[in-house]
Amino acid sequence: MWEQIRSNRRRSAFVVTAMGVLLVAAGMALGAYVNPTFTGMVVGGIAALVLWLVQWGVAVGSGDDIMLRMTGARQIRHEDHPILVNVVEEMAIAAQLPQAPRVFIVDDPSPNAFAVGRDPQKTTVAVTTGLLRILDRDELQGVIAHEIGHIKNRDVSLITLAGVMVGSIVILAELGLRALWYSGGGLRRSRTSSNRDGGQAIILLVAILLLILAPILAQLIYFALSRRREFLADASSAFFTRYPEGLASALEKLSSTHTPLTDTSRVTAPMYIVRPLRKGQKMSATSAFATHPPIADRVRILRSMAGGAGFGDYDRAFGKIRGRRIVGEHSIAEAASVPLRQPAAAEQGGPRERAREASDAFLTASGYGVRTCADCGAKVKAPPSLADRLDACPRCDGDLGPWTE
Amino acid sequence: MWVLIVLGVVVAAVLYFVGIYNGLIRARNQAKNGWSQIDVQLKRRHDLIPNLVETAKGYMKHEQQTLEKVVQARTAAIGAKGPAEAGKAEGLLGAALSGFFALSERYPDLKANQNFLSLQEELASTENRIGFARQAYNDAATTYNNKREVFPASLISGSFEQAELFEIEAPGERSVPKVEF
Repeated sequence: MWEQIRSNRRRSAFVVTAMGVLLVAAGMALGAYVNPTFTGMVVGGIAALVLWLVQWGVAVGSGDDIMLRMTGARQIRHEDHPILVNVVEEMAIAAQLPQAPRVFIVDDPSPNAFAVGRDPQKTTVAVTTGLLRILDRDELQGVIAHEIGHIKNRDVSLITLAGVMVGSIVILAELGLRALWYSGGGLRRSRTSSNRDGGQAIILLVAILLLILAPILAQLIYFALSRRREFLADASSAFFTRYPEGLASALEKLSSTHTPLTDTSRVTAPMYIVRPLRKGQKMSATSAFATHPPIADRVRILRSMAGGAGFGDYDRAFGKIRGRRIVGEHSIAEAASVPLRQPAAAEQGGPRERAREASDAFLTASGYGVRTCADCGAKVKAPPSLADRLDACPRCDGDLGPWTE
Repeated sequence: MWVLIVLGVVVAAVLYFVGIYNGLIRARNQAKNGWSQIDVQLKRRHDLIPNLVETAKGYMKHEQQTLEKVVQARTAAIGAKGPAEAGKAEGLLGAALSGFFALSERYPDLKANQNFLSLQEELASTENRIGFARQAYNDAATTYNNKREVFPASLISGSFEQAELFEIEAPGERSVPKVEF
């Protein structure tokens, strides 16, 4: 069933290798700059690899929990938000994941979602309360299916691997260029040394050029990789739900809000469904330095998947909008074209109920309890530390019932 | 020299067929997995129904016949064996359920019942799960069937049985019970 992503896996391996070569080259350039001999270059290259391995080890070892903690996400149970947990479990079945992901909620008005987890046995999907507030069930399903697509396509490991590589290259380049700045240039120093020759000068020049170019190149590769995986997760979402309109309409809603997300770093950005905006940042047009493709394009591709929800259908729609292919004709022999389904029945509850459900789910997941007023029926939600200090209903001064979790 | 070449060709051919054989096994296991997931979800649906009937009984006093139909369809679905028979029985159960939910519209007290609402959500989700499990199973089964039929795999796939697709035979089964609010 997953033949269609095999060629993409090969392509991603190639991209990561190319970045590895860049990394070693940057290390060798730094080595050559410090000590312009063959040994210097070898030592520099090895040092670069060690730097990357250590950083990667830290990123992998510290696990997914760091990102979840950084965003303040809370794990919810089925009874906290039945619809969200049900939708996640439905999509896990559609994607044939061995285990349904854990579900987390982030208390943030900015609508967004992300997935973490390298081990298929222990993965996590997190959504913000802002997202739950504005999406209906079909749209939520599209977004969750996109995140599960990231999990199924193994994007989490890939993005971590590549992201850490970019970080290492940037560190190396900065070290080299800073040394150049403070020492007033390695060329002059080598010229004053007794054993200078033209070959060394050329090596140094190439080294400096590499140190300047490597981080830019690495970031371009990384962002292109990230954008590609984003399209593929969209294709997976359409395939799992058989209903591309759900994700398309969700993306449209997401793009029309401009609430910045509180905490995001450059490395974790590719894991979100839409590019998380940071404070003071505006949604800009497409650029080579963006982790996500422009939403308008993603929506148009999903909407042009006329008549089918398979990878082949997505590929053809992609070709129509962007003028080239993304999945690769030879790799989509299976699941090339499958029929679409109808939208789900109208659901109960309007936006107001949805908003209340979303924030209640976060509150109960954070250990909040409820005390119901005996007189006016108002429900007072409070953390355990405050529950005992409330003596009367804040609305009518009536008696508050016992604290229930 | 010739012996070596012949030997090499034979070894390559054997390795090639071992690869095909393993691919067939993998595809068959994937399909089997998909089927067991459908089984799990069908059982979940069967387990939810007694609760639903119990909750509705008090409110829908004049609809004993409809409730009876749901209970009977459930019993028949539990007894069904194999994809074809199960598909038929589950289709009837789905039809009985949508008839029940349509009727429940006439009972506002029932619709305000928290327990009923959450059971309704669980049943709707279970319908979706059955649908998605069926979708995944049918995809896996088709992949497996294609694999065992194409040449040269067809030379060695004699011991691999064709996988039956799972179709639920009733209009409206695939969708969530339509309920107007």
